[in-house]
Amino acid sequence: MKTTISYPTEAAMGKTGSWRVFRPILNEDKCIKCWRCWIFCPEGSIERNEFPSIDYDFCKGCGVCANECPVKAIEMRREKK
Amino acid sequence: MKVIDTANNIAALAAKMARPKVVSAYPITPQTTIVERLAQYVESGEMKSEYIRVESEHSAMTSCISAEATGVRTFTATSSHGLLLMHEMLHWAALARLPIVMVNINRAIGPGWSIWSDCNDSISQRDTGWLQFYCSSNQEVFDTVIQAYRVAEHKDVQLPIMINYDGFILSHTSMPADIPPQKEIDDFLPDYSPEWNLDVEKPITHGNIIGPEYYMEMRHDMHISQQKAKKVIRDIDDEWNEKFGRNHGDLIETYRCDDADTVIVATGAIGAEAHASVNELREKGEKVGLARLRVFRPFPREELQKIADKAKLIVIDRDISPGMEGAMATEVKSVVGRDINEFIAGLGGRDVTYKDIMRMYELAKENKNGWYSVEVR
Repeated sequence: MKTTISYPTEAAMGKTGSWRVFRPILNEDKCIKCWRCWIFCPEGSIERNEFPSIDYDFCKGCGVCANECPVKAIEMRREKK
Repeated sequence: MKVIDTANNIAALAAKMARPKVVSAYPITPQTTIVERLAQYVESGEMKSEYIRVESEHSAMTSCISAEATGVRTFTATSSHGLLLMHEMLHWAALARLPIVMVNINRAIGPGWSIWSDCNDSISQRDTGWLQFYCSSNQEVFDTVIQAYRVAEHKDVQLPIMINYDGFILSHTSMPADIPPQKEIDDFLPDYSPEWNLDVEKPITHGNIIGPEYYMEMRHDMHISQQKAKKVIRDIDDEWNEKFGRNHGDLIETYRCDDADTVIVATGAIGAEAHASVNELREKGEKVGLARLRVFRPFPREELQKIADKAKLIVIDRDISPGMEGAMATEVKSVVGRDINEFIAGLGGRDVTYKDIMRMYELAKENKNGWYSVEVR
């Protein structure tokens, strides 16, 4: 019987962080740990550690976290070539 | 246990005795009494199933797909517009190779709004990959629901099955039926053991994207399984016969065909009614028989060819492919490779009595075809 089953592997599509044009950078001095960035990240690329930590292997740079941050603690900076 | 009950209540009883873990269905005339009866069984604790109430038939099929994918047996029932709303998910269930069993009560499609028997609903689902059975008595409905789980879940098949019967003519008509004890049904139909399933302990993704290098093989496999299902249907029908002392003719029920020079081909209630026509015509000395197609998918090619080798055929369709002809007529002709006599009859529940079928036989003798009661009378 043939049907489509795929098994989980780390990064079946490769490390999608390479798709990023803008890199989110957290300023820990401004961060109030409200975790809105963690809640809204559509890729699950933010972890709850002492501060939010961004997994750049999978962050596609969509900027939702920076947009949601109430204290503008996340800056979107263009990736260097 | 002998009961006298409607096909819908008997279908619900069969579903209960098959012990599905999940039932998800949306009520629609003339299927409603099945859903009501199942809800009662679950509410009273007589049936140990999760009963999922949904907002549409699309969701009913989707929740059966999801539940079946976790590796449990499921049941649903629908009719007409409900079946049409499921269409997308019918394809999905078949390509996901999930052996869901569904009862569909054949009912006309609107507008004009009609709640009466007509096979255009299920014929429109012909190419979804589902196996299709057409029943002609309440006993056959019971037996087919139980058998269908065995066929669908068989490792050579692994495809969903749609069991069809005529709205009101069967669904709401009481007939006697013999119901075996639960223990005997359990012996015949053991617990479902899935070929694949979703399990949080061993995560998988199902239905992911596949490229052109694999897709055709998957479709091909489904087509082969449909063909293999013929043997499985026959074997399971034989086993049922051995155990319970009756069968309904596995793929095609033949009646007085042995020396027949003409054979009437029909399904469902018209197929049941045609027995009386054959008997009457035989008394008048006509050498006529009946081939009632019990299974429409997989299409019983070789079996039909054998009948056509010895007799001319009269096909009666309770469906129409507008711009072409009756769907069954098309398929029969593609098998026998020659012209047949063909009639469209009984659409929207117009009564087709044994006398009407006898009249169609007379018309066929004059080599007349067409829409019975509209173009030819």
